[in-house]
Amino acid sequence: MTDTTRSRSSVTMTVNGTEQQLDIDNRVTLLDALREHLKLTGTKKGCDHGQCGACTVMVNGRRVNSCLSLAVMHQGDEVTTVEGLGSPEDLHPMQAAFIEHDGYQCGYCTPGQICSAKSVLEEIRAGIPSHVTRDLANVVMNDDELRERMSGNICRCGAYANILAAMKQVAEETA
Amino acid sequence: MKSFSYERVATAAEAASALGRTKGAKIIAGGTNLLDLMKLGIEAPDHLVDVNGLGLDKIEETAEGGLRIGTLVRNTDMAADARIRADYPLLTRAVLAGASGQLRNKATTGGNLLQRTRCPYFYDTAMPCNKRKPGSGCAALSGASRQLAVIGGSEACIATYPGDMAVAMRALDAAVETVRADGTTRSIPLDQFYHLPGTSPDVENDLAADELITHVTLPAPVGGEQTYTKIRDRASYAFALVSVAVIRHSDGSGRVAFGGMAPKPWRAEEADAAMAKGAEAVTEIAFAGANPTEDNAFKLPLAQRALAKILHGKGE
Ligand SMILES: Cc1cc2nc3c(=O)[nH]c(=O)nc-3n(C[C@H](O)[C@H](O)[C@H](O)COP(=O)(O)OP(=O)(O)OC[C@H]3O[C@@H](n4cnc5c(N)ncnc54)[C@H](O)[C@@H]3O)c2cc1C
Ligand code: SF4
Ligand code: FES
Ligand code: FES
Repeated sequence: MTDTTRSRSSVTMTVNGTEQQLDIDNRVTLLDALREHLKLTGTKKGCDHGQCGACTVMVNGRRVNSCLSLAVMHQGDEVTTVEGLGSPEDLHPMQAAFIEHDGYQCGYCTPGQICSAKSVLEEIRAGIPSHVTRDLANVVMNDDELRERMSGNICRCGAYANILAAMKQVAEETA
Repeated sequence: MKSFSYERVATAAEAASALGRTKGAKIIAGGTNLLDLMKLGIEAPDHLVDVNGLGLDKIEETAEGGLRIGTLVRNTDMAADARIRADYPLLTRAVLAGASGQLRNKATTGGNLLQRTRCPYFYDTAMPCNKRKPGSGCAALSGASRQLAVIGGSEACIATYPGDMAVAMRALDAAVETVRADGTTRSIPLDQFYHLPGTSPDVENDLAADELITHVTLPAPVGGEQTYTKIRDRASYAFALVSVAVIRHSDGSGRVAFGGMAPKPWRAEEADAAMAKGAEAVTEIAFAGANPTEDNAFKLPLAQRALAKILHGKGE
């Protein structure tokens, strides 16, 4: 029977390799659960409406906007945030490339950009087409593809050219 | 956001019966439209039924040679499916023209069909809007209507259907399969699925309160050259001002559906019949009786030129 009196639920998910059990208000987004409940403040809140990409994290290996998802909907899911990609002592190649190429200015959009950038390379390699793919049967890596696929991540500081350079370097290094 | 209760269901039957017995219940799938609207107080469900565990996430072949797409197939997976890429490239193109990579990873087939309008006054809860608050009036009629409908609207509402995927599905003659709390199922052609606003713009489609979308079916492939052209204010990650889905055969015949023009994907079969005569002939029929505002009258020549570019390889 539907219980319509409970405004809280419990949910268990794995975040950056650690199992987390939360008993939370149903209204809490995945973004707020990460930041306010699990104190993983790397993931940022920009618009809270799916329009900027600052909140991008990986869920079961795919990038999503954590602001447009309820935490209680992630029972059993594996969530990876920018903290899970690498640490200052042991950077993920994409984190290192962003530093090398100055892929940011204020840094606010950066965790989302890095999570997206990493996923974009994986999506191209998996043959997932995009709006600018000419031949749907043959997905290739090029600047237009990288730019189009990063359009869900807005940077107020306009670091786009350097983000592209960082992504190209990682794409070449891991080719 | 208003407080609500939440449940996960495992079968379509459970989901439909949860909708049937719970007042103020709504389905949540990807959540990318519903949560956006809940944060703004535009949607305020008392109860959410999470359908992500239903397993309706496969694309199967039908006996008729078409495809049956589960409602939980994510937009990314639909666009990337080898059969859809090869046989229904129009659908792949339309899906990829919408939203962002992150959003398409979450957005579902059924949720995409049911996304609500982007009329700026629908989003502004300080303004009158018959769709959001029936009977309150329509701020767009005397306001900024650049993005809104040029045809199919009414004195109560001139909002457009904002999506891309459904425009391609309309051109492909897709149908929506549903199930209700009592177990009855039906298949609704997409054109009948969407309602025009008339005097009740809050009613946007044919679904009953306890009815769940389970699949979308596509008839056997029709071939031809298939293109989706989307015209918008920036190159990516923006809704269409005008979009044109075209299927063209080598003998000049074909089909065309338009997005951004009307409260639903806009197609007139009589206009299809004029395709061999060119873009002007098609748009004259498709948009006969259009009633644009000063702000959005530009959409009519824009739609015609977009179609001309596809049919004649130039912008007229
Ligand atoms: C910033 C931004 C940009 C966007 N740009 C575009 C764009 O350019 N083009 C475009 O087409 N779209 C665009 N979108 C919209 C996006 O495509 C939709 O948000 C998405 O497709 C909705 O799918 P969902 O599964 O997340 O739906 P949800 O938010 O989960 O649900 C939407 C509605 O459908 C109902 N529902 C869901 N599944 C079912 C079912 N099986 N049966 C009955 N009811 C159901 C829900 O109750 C709800 O009312 C954009 C969205 C954002 C946030
Ligand atoms: S056009 Fe429709 S959605 Fe927009 S304000 Fe008027 S009634 Fe509301
Ligand atoms: S905070 Fe999620 S997209 Fe902006
Ligand atoms: S670095 Fe400042 S917003 Fe991108």
